[in-house]
Parts: sequence; C-alpha cells; structure tokens
Amino acid sequence: MQTVLPYLLSGISVGGQYALIAIGYTMVYGILRLINFAHGDVFMVAGLVMVYLSASLPIYVVIPLVLAITVTIGFIIERAAYSPLRSAPRMSIMISAIGVSYLLQNLALYITGGMNQMYPNIPFFTESVSIFGATTKRVTLVTPILTVVLVVVLVWLIKNTKIGMAMRSVATDYETSQLMGIKINSVISFTFIIGSFLAAVASLLYFSNYTTVIPTSGAMPGLKAFVAAVFGGIGSIPGAVIGAFTIGICENLIKGLDSILIQTGIIQQGLGLTTFSDAFTFALLIVILVVKPTGIFGEKVTDKV
Amino acid sequence: MLKITDLHVAYGGIKALRGIDLEVPEGKIVTLIGANGAGKSTTLRAISGLVTPVQGSITYNGKQLLGMPINKIIEEGIVMVPEGRRVFPDMSVLENLKIGAYLRKDKAGIAEDIEWVYTLFPRLKERNWQMAGTLSGGEQQMLAVGRALLSRPKVLMMDEPSLGLAPLIVRDIFSIIKEINKQGMTILLIEQNANMALHVADIGYVLETGNITLKGPGKELLRDENVKRAYLGH
Repeated sequence: MQTVLPYLLSGISVGGQYALIAIGYTMVYGILRLINFAHGDVFMVAGLVMVYLSASLPIYVVIPLVLAITVTIGFIIERAAYSPLRSAPRMSIMISAIGVSYLLQNLALYITGGMNQMYPNIPFFTESVSIFGATTKRVTLVTPILTVVLVVVLVWLIKNTKIGMAMRSVATDYETSQLMGIKINSVISFTFIIGSFLAAVASLLYFSNYTTVIPTSGAMPGLKAFVAAVFGGIGSIPGAVIGAFTIGICENLIKGLDSILIQTGIIQQGLGLTTFSDAFTFALLIVILVVKPTGIFGEKVTDKV
Repeated sequence: MLKITDLHVAYGGIKALRGIDLEVPEGKIVTLIGANGAGKSTTLRAISGLVTPVQGSITYNGKQLLGMPINKIIEEGIVMVPEGRRVFPDMSVLENLKIGAYLRKDKAGIAEDIEWVYTLFPRLKERNWQMAGTLSGGEQQMLAVGRALLSRPKVLMMDEPSLGLAPLIVRDIFSIIKEINKQGMTILLIEQNANMALHVADIGYVLETGNITLKGPGKELLRDENVKRAYLGH
C-alpha cells in the first residue's frame, strides 16, 4: 500500500483535472455535435494568462481574473469561429475548431517566444501535506474534492434550472427548442462559458502541479480528456467524469508500475513500463471504439417517431 | 386576425410557395389542406419564423411578423405544434409542459395553466412523471398540444396532428381542437386528413404546388367536386 498510494493519489488528482476538461468536450458535443478541438488550447491559454497576470498582480486578484478571461475567450471563439457555421456541414465547423486550436498554439508561441513559462506559486495549493504517510502537494487532495463539488453543482444546474432545461432541450432538438422560444445561440454560448470556466479551474490545478506552461501544454491533457469523454460516452457528464478518473488513475499506476514491482520484489530491475502510460490511454480509446463505440454511458439513440 | 399576403418561400431556388394569400380571422378554425409537398408545412414554418420568406407579408392584428425573431413571434401569441409531435423524449411530461412556458415568468399563471391542460387531457396528469418518450403516439400528440398551450397562444397552429394516429385517437384530438377553439383560441390547422379537417373548420383553403387554388367555408369545400375527387377519395 505504501508504494502504491502516492501513484494512486496523483492518479486521482490528474483524473479530476482531466474530468474538468472532459466536461467541456462532452457538453459542447451534446449540444453542437462538435468535437471542440480548441478546448485543450483554451486550457493552455488559461495557464499563460495566469503566468502573465501574476507577474504584476497579487494572486488572489489574478485567480478570478483568469477565470473571467478564459470564459470570455471561450465565448469569443464560439461566436467568431463556430456560430457563423451553424448551418454548414459538420465537417466545416470541425475544421474551424482545428484552425482555432492551431491559432491559439501559435499565438502562444509568438507571445512566449517559445520559452517555458514558470507557473506562479499558489501557496495554498503547493504546500506539502502528508496523507497516510505519503507526502504530496495539497493540490492533489483539493482536486478531486473540488471536481466532485463542481460536477454536483453542474448536474444540479442542468437538472433543475431553466437554463439547464433549455440546454437539455437544445441538445435533443434544435428546431422544437426554438418553437418553445429558446434562443439557441444564448444556450450554446452558455455551454461554452461553462466549459471554459471548468477548463480554467482545471488549469489552476494542473499547472500548480506541473509548474511549466508551453504552447503545446494543452494538447496532451486535452487529448486525454477527450479520450475520457469518449470512454464515458460522449455527451454524458457522469460518463466523462468516470472516464477521466479511470484514465488518470490507470495512467499513474502504470507510471509507477516499475518501482511498485521492484519494491514488492517481483522484479529485480526496471522494465521501462512507465513509457506505456500514454499508450495505455490511447489503446483504451481504440478498444472502446471497437467494443462499445457509444462509451459506458453513451446516449441512447432515440429514433424520431 | 392573422393575414398573409403574397407570400413567396424558396428553398435554395426551389419555390415552395408562389405568392399565397391567407386570412385567419379571430376565433375561427382555419384549415389548409393539400397533398404532400404542396407547401402546407412551409406556410406554418414561415409564420412561426423558422424559414425566411423571399417576399410577402405576414401580419397579426396589423403588426408585421416578418423578420421578427421566433421568440418574439411566440410572445405575440402565435405558436406552432410541430409535425410529428416532437416532444422531448428524455424529459418528463411535466417538464415538457414547463418548457412550453419557457418565455413566461408568471409562476402562478403557469401552475394554473398546467392544471388546465391536465383537465383537458386527464391522461397526461396520470403520466405526470413519466418520460415523454415512453408515451403512446396519441398521448405524445396531446402533450405536444398541451405544451403549446402553456405559452398562452392566441393563434395555435397545428401541423398534421392526426399523422400516424389510430382513427379513434384522431377523433379525440379533433374534439379537443374544437374544445380549445370554443374557449376562444384561433386555430390554423394543416391536415392531410381533409375529411376530418374540413368538418371542424370554419374556413378551408386548398393548397396545390405552392398556390391557393380554392377557398371557402369548410362544409362547402366538403361538397366541392374537385375537392371530393382529389382529397376525399369519392
């Protein structure tokens, strides 16, 4: 247990961060049937905004600003790059999303000059704590708790509020939603706002742990979160969360597998299994697509009567 | 009165409506009959703002509806029950009704109207918490009508309410249409079931390939030789 615990803890923590990103993918897919390829890059931009703002402002001012700016960026991306393509074929809007992704990465490259940016210290997050004998940063413990709280709030919002009802109806049927007087564009904007907000929260947690931001920082976590969303059944929020935790935990256990096996005396020297942690995630993607393409909580396909 | 003059609608070069004139007087049931592809649904879609006409005018009590966003048209009191019911299958019956009242803010009024819909359709009350997707076709149609009523329409437009329903259920639906009309609501009804529609309608219009070819009181159209041959199967 002593040897497994640190890996398990960081797995849960990374899982929470993936979950927050994955919700953005899955919600946008639920409403627009679009894989928002730029979502991981919005997460990276949130990290950079934090880096630059904290150079001149105190941290407790910067955090709300980062959230607000990221939300605004998400909103603008939708209005500028996706909303004009509402009636275009789905492929066009997907290509537009890929374009936005590269645009953000290149803007980041231009602004940072390609240099690694040190992520500022959020004192509360980076303090060391010890749990059952394993020492870790506090962010490791905060992440899963915060994730669960945010997910519960979100699910409640979707189930019980008027805007939540509108989101569910738009996800089912655009035209009939319009006939109810629902403004499709406002609902879609709101969805991007929530997604970007959660991505910003995820960036606070993730970069507090990994400490550097580079223009491609969003690519890998974005991709993993996307796999999590597909694994859980794209369109389903609980699915995305469960998928994200599964991937986060498995990945980290594989990272630690060598040293766990050595310490338990099963093997004498490292087998280099660590390398396979990313491969595992993508192998999982292939397996799920082959075995159950709708994911564990995939949407039922309801035939229109 | 809902008044349509010289309405043209085209879908990418294909003309669906070629200049129709239509009047729906207050408190009446008006029906638009015609074959598949005659432009019936297009007419309703244009009125409710789902498609943008090429030219023409649609006014309600003198107010131009053309170019208004859909939610404003609903607020003017013009509401459509779409073809094929289109209830939200993963929402409960109650939620479906509530979403019909999406633009309203008077909570007490909404609760009252839900009760009113439940007295019109007692079957829906029994199924209050059931997912709408599990209802039968007839119940879904009732729900679709109830949902539209929740927005307090002045003019209720119905697109093929009898589509795919058993004859007995169709009769129920039509008696409800008459009942709602008696309570003061204006109705614009589109039907392929010309016989039923003309029996309840005060005024009937016959639409053929985008043109109105005949207009008159429902009972009169029922006796018209051309209508009989083309739509009633005599």
